[in-house]
Amino acid sequence: MNSKITNRVALSLIVLCAVIMAGTLAALLGYILYQGLGSISWHFLTSESNPFLAGGGIKDQLWNSFYVLLITMLITIPIGVSGGIYLAEYAKPGKLTSFIRSCVEVLASLPSIVVGMFGMLIFVNYFGFHYSVLSGALALTVFNLPVIVRVTEDGFSALSLHQKEGGLALGLTHWHTIKTILLPAAFPSILTGVILSAGRVFGESAALLFTAGLSTPNLDFTNWNPAAPNSPLNIFRSAETLSVHIWAVNTSGIIPDIQTVANGSAAVLVICVLLFNLLARGLGKAINRKLSGKS
Amino acid sequence: MSHLIPLTAVYRLSDKWGVMMNTRKAMADSAANVPAGPSLLREKGIIKRFTDRYSESRGKAIIYSSAFLMIIAVVAITLFLTLQGLRSFVIDHLNIWNFLTGTEWYPDRASNPQFGAFPFIFGSVAVTLLAALLATPIAIGTAIFMAELANKWGQRIMQPVIEILVGIPSVVYGLIGLSVFVPLMRAHFGGSGFNLLAGALVVGIMILPTVASIAADSIRAVPDKLREASYAIGGTKWQTIWKVVIPAAGSSLMTAIVLGMSRAFGEALAVQMVIGNARNLPHSIFDPSATLTTIITLSMGNTTTGSVLNDALWSLGLILLAISYIFILIIRYLSRKRVV
Repeated sequence: MNSKITNRVALSLIVLCAVIMAGTLAALLGYILYQGLGSISWHFLTSESNPFLAGGGIKDQLWNSFYVLLITMLITIPIGVSGGIYLAEYAKPGKLTSFIRSCVEVLASLPSIVVGMFGMLIFVNYFGFHYSVLSGALALTVFNLPVIVRVTEDGFSALSLHQKEGGLALGLTHWHTIKTILLPAAFPSILTGVILSAGRVFGESAALLFTAGLSTPNLDFTNWNPAAPNSPLNIFRSAETLSVHIWAVNTSGIIPDIQTVANGSAAVLVICVLLFNLLARGLGKAINRKLSGKS
Repeated sequence: MSHLIPLTAVYRLSDKWGVMMNTRKAMADSAANVPAGPSLLREKGIIKRFTDRYSESRGKAIIYSSAFLMIIAVVAITLFLTLQGLRSFVIDHLNIWNFLTGTEWYPDRASNPQFGAFPFIFGSVAVTLLAALLATPIAIGTAIFMAELANKWGQRIMQPVIEILVGIPSVVYGLIGLSVFVPLMRAHFGGSGFNLLAGALVVGIMILPTVASIAADSIRAVPDKLREASYAIGGTKWQTIWKVVIPAAGSSLMTAIVLGMSRAFGEALAVQMVIGNARNLPHSIFDPSATLTTIITLSMGNTTTGSVLNDALWSLGLILLAISYIFILIIRYLSRKRVV
């Protein structure tokens, strides 16, 4: 009888743990959205932030977040996908391969602030990019690269061997096979992974603190010349992203409406991350349905 | 006059080269037109190899340089941070032992500045351990729920919950800590409300999903025959989980916890927002404190490159890097054990 009671109690505790987990998410999202949605308005999204007075918005920060994300992805995807292809297709078992694998592992588990410090040392100071979109994107590349590599490798190794053999049997070179047969086949899973990683990059802050900076010049959204210092497209200007803004407002902000701005920004950030998540899921499902032929 | 001779020689050579290239090109073209036996295997001319979009050499060059870049990244990070981190000992002549064990951090005092990093190291370790202590039971419980108990329905809810929790940016966790935990602490335990426990709570919640999802994977990896054997001798569900499944998944569960700890250890901004940033050694978990990451975050922007304080901060970064490497080694050790 005793063991049955223990069983009952223990299993209830386990269910309780799961309920706590789900409850945490519900509470988190509920709190952020409840507190934040009130302060989101068209004005909040489209006006510039004000360093001293209440009523500032997050237009520049929001733009910077997306722009840094875009530049990061432009750099990361080619390198990461190639690295993943190396590990999935070309790597022969041996010391070099296991060393590269360890390197990916190390990159994946470095704290983001360490990556930020490295970015500050190399890109900001040594290469002289200063606090800029480019420095931030390069630091985030270091941070994001292992994720893309893993996603690509997984995507490739999930493919059936017949596709590769078919290509090789036609007399194509290995690279030709990869490029025209394997990569398109692995594309859906890579894309899903890339979008998920985009959510992670979008919310990253510690690595950007010392690389993209804590300020933004007065952006002129009518000036699309990438060389102009106040152009939104300039990659050599400093760029405070949304997540850095949340931190900066809370720790060193002197505006009277810290709560409103922080909560509103957090809500926008979380909504964006949720959208990335939903997009990845939806896309994955849609492509899966298309490939498996079920409508 | 003398320079004319080599010039003509060069001209001839290049002419010859051009002819050679043309014939090679022709050969390659003919190989493409006539799919006859051996010519298929012939590689193209040296330039063509890299301009042809489907050539193997070109592909290999791209692939191998990307793979090489990852090695460069890791080596560069390790090398440059180590060099920069050692500056304070080599150039500013700080004593390593005093740096690691000193408890006084007064870098900007005019007379007798002190660089004792022990409070920060202690803070980091304390936050990490407390966070792991808070997160482990709930995370493992959730993992068991997902892998052992849940029917499809529970699974379908918990998986997205965990994925979304992983995706929430760390500053948002920090903000929640700042606007929920800190006032709560202030009301119940007095003081400013910014303390070690608040930091540990925030980080603990942050690592919950990471630990849970890896733990669930490792529990799913336990072969079913073990469970069936346990049920066959009359074990209850809980006895099976406790006596069979958990020991079988043992070292992978440890991997999950250590991974969570390494994430907790490296977290910067979320902790910084709630921990209070005191430079003294905390006496209880309700004292404000600081960690390696928080002091770097706070001070790095205000120092000039080359100053002693700046160098000391880089040394803190080096400690951070070294401990991250230790975590990586532990994880490797644990996963190797699993394979054997």
